[in-house]
Amino acid sequence: MEQIILFAPLVGALIGGFGWKIIGEAAAQWLTTGLLFLAAILSWVIMLTFDASAHDNGYYWVEIMTWIQSGTLDTSWGIRMDRLTAIMLVVINTVSALVHLYSFGYMAHDEQFPDTPYKARFFAYLSFFTFAMLMLVTAGNLVQMFFGWEGVGVASYLLIGFYYKKPSANAAAIKAFVVNRVGDFGFALGIFAIFYVTGSINFDVIFAEAPKIAETTLHFLWRDWNAAEVIALLLFIGAMGKSAQLILHTWLPDAMEGPTPVSALIHAATMVTAGVFLVCRMSPIMEFAPSATSFIVFLGATTAFFAATVGLVQNDIKRVIAYSTCSQLGYMFVAAGLGVYSVAMFHLFTHAFFKAMLFLGAGSVIHGMHHEQDMRNYGGLRHKLPWTFRAMMIGTLAITGFGIPLLYVGFPVGFAGFVSKDAIIESAYAGTAGGYAFWMLVIAALFTSFYSWRLIFLTFYGKPRGDKHTHEHAHESSKVMLVPLAILAVGAIFAGMVFYKPFFGNAKYVGQYFGVAYAEQGAHGDDHAMDGHTDETHADDDHAATVDAHHGDEDAENHGDMSENDEANGYDAAEKDHGETHYAFDGEPGQGAIYVAHDNTTLDDAHLVPVWVKLSPFFAMILGFATAWLFYIRSPHLPRKLAQQQAPLYNFLLNKWYFDELYDAIFVKPAMWLGNFLWKRGDGNVIDGTLNGIALGIIPKLTRLAGRAQSGYVFTYAFAMVIGVVVIMTYFTITGSYE
Amino acid sequence: MIGLEHYLTVAAALFVIGIFGLFLNRKNVIILLMSIELMLLAVNINFIAFSSFLGDLVGQVFTLFVLTVAAAEAAIGLAILVCFFRNRGTIDVEDVNVMKG
Repeated sequence: MEQIILFAPLVGALIGGFGWKIIGEAAAQWLTTGLLFLAAILSWVIMLTFDASAHDNGYYWVEIMTWIQSGTLDTSWGIRMDRLTAIMLVVINTVSALVHLYSFGYMAHDEQFPDTPYKARFFAYLSFFTFAMLMLVTAGNLVQMFFGWEGVGVASYLLIGFYYKKPSANAAAIKAFVVNRVGDFGFALGIFAIFYVTGSINFDVIFAEAPKIAETTLHFLWRDWNAAEVIALLLFIGAMGKSAQLILHTWLPDAMEGPTPVSALIHAATMVTAGVFLVCRMSPIMEFAPSATSFIVFLGATTAFFAATVGLVQNDIKRVIAYSTCSQLGYMFVAAGLGVYSVAMFHLFTHAFFKAMLFLGAGSVIHGMHHEQDMRNYGGLRHKLPWTFRAMMIGTLAITGFGIPLLYVGFPVGFAGFVSKDAIIESAYAGTAGGYAFWMLVIAALFTSFYSWRLIFLTFYGKPRGDKHTHEHAHESSKVMLVPLAILAVGAIFAGMVFYKPFFGNAKYVGQYFGVAYAEQGAHGDDHAMDGHTDETHADDDHAATVDAHHGDEDAENHGDMSENDEANGYDAAEKDHGETHYAFDGEPGQGAIYVAHDNTTLDDAHLVPVWVKLSPFFAMILGFATAWLFYIRSPHLPRKLAQQQAPLYNFLLNKWYFDELYDAIFVKPAMWLGNFLWKRGDGNVIDGTLNGIALGIIPKLTRLAGRAQSGYVFTYAFAMVIGVVVIMTYFTITGSYE
Repeated sequence: MIGLEHYLTVAAALFVIGIFGLFLNRKNVIILLMSIELMLLAVNINFIAFSSFLGDLVGQVFTLFVLTVAAAEAAIGLAILVCFFRNRGTIDVEDVNVMKG
């Protein structure tokens, strides 16, 4: 079954891409879409039936073939099925299948290609992307992961540059590729470092060695570092490139040059989350690299804030959503950096639904408005596009985090984004003691709400603006485009509530779900702690120890000691307030899909944050909504006034903090100058000059000289020969080296 | 008493005469062939002289081989010469410079 999931998209891509001339364009479309739906259904089956406790270390391995064997490097190509993989399979295949279906409508007519067939190419690229992404998430070693990593890069390049007749699309494709290369360089160095330190690139070996890595020092650049820190940081640089985090984010907004279904699939739901997945996958190493993870938290929070501010003033509907994606990825990295990997995956999971939906909804609007993307030319479209309007509304409610705060009926009640985003913000408060990351995320939530509602109000409310003709011909999209929206809407509403417990319940639920061992932490008092705890663990054997049976006895006692210390740090007070039993992760690195250090209690602490913290994202959301309503419904002249008053700030945001200009000055211009110099001077003068000098100057002279030596008389040649023989004989006679 | 040195001197003299015949001759291709023959004979004399001196028959056997090959070579050379004369009407060495670069 796993093989079918992995290879269905590849088969579709190959047949659709190379064989469409034989089977026809429509057949290629149906084939790729059908195979993707098959893969998606099987993925759901796996995700819902996967039981981490049924397998050793919470995963099983489906070997496909031996790939590279050279010295100690032993790489197999296979499928590592654990909880992380299962989640990603569902996300990728579901969104991909729906995007395939959606593309039937969206790509039906294209003025870019009036007489060239393009549909089969598009669907083949989509399927190829899906295959590469599946390779990435099913990898059991870093080389296969890198293969998938680069594969999605290629697919992204091909799809951003799909409209290859547009120079801007080509430029954007190249930009995405080049910026990603910078991150990939870090990723590759990280892989090298891991291989250098552990002698293996297989996950199980690396994870088991993680504690040892943390005690190794590694000479890198100019000094010795802690190996775990260096590796974690290098891997994160790779993640930064792929997930468009600050510094390496500039390619993502430009990637919107691609067709909208591509933006939904690659640049919102799947590929850009590969970085988050990488950090979660590498959790055993991340847990031993406190400085690197602090950096991840810092950068994630900053990106969330930065992207949200830029999103406030963008006018292109797709760019707003692109910056929103960038911002939401920042949220995920904050969670991953804090060590609550399950929460990062939670937001990844829910975000895939509502962000894909927002993009597809935007695509529906763009499609209905004849490829007009500027929101200033929209307005009042809710009557023309009623179903799209409803879908976008659900997506916006989900991303802004609409829900009923503090109501808990076994799970919080609210849209998907409400549950997962609040989980991250609460974790941020607990993990950083109400520090930088928490405030950045709350402010980002406020901005998120503002720009999301601004998008809705500008697009669907108010009076029609812009070209009158376009508005008259605005039309609702066909069913084939609306059905995917409807399915995603279900996910955007319910994904958060249904999957709340396994992702953010407590260490017990999360541990069970991800196949990580956990232990109870509810004991009080000094002597009692050890006894009581050990007993409880035994009593709990049914579930606590099933995951890792041999772990039960000794570790429970060890852990008893540790929990004692934890309680001394004010655990008691919090516990009395709630009167609940607490659990903590008790796994070893390499057991289960994620590894959380024993002293990392952020997941547990996140539930114990003050009430005002739990309410803060909700109020941020309300405030953002109110401001957007005031600006774009109540008094639409206000935004322009404000923009004029705060012109420097407005321009600063409109120009995306001048990152592109900065990079242009620092990297692009010098690179262009160097390239020009090497071309004109290096290539033109030195290389061409040398070749021309030799070929036109020296060679003819030599040939003329050699020609003159040929008299044509036999006796001259004979004379030369005799002279030669004499010289050789003389030489050997004098040196005597013939012996 | 005639010793080894005398034979070698005669052989060397013949060889040098052969070489000079090759270089100084500007007229006749036949003279070229004769010069080559002279050089071969000089070598043969060396062979026989050393064979006799060292009491080893191999040198004389070699001489017979060289004579046989020289006869064949002379025949081929004369045949080429006849062809050449038929084509060009002359056997002057001065005119044979088709290979001039």
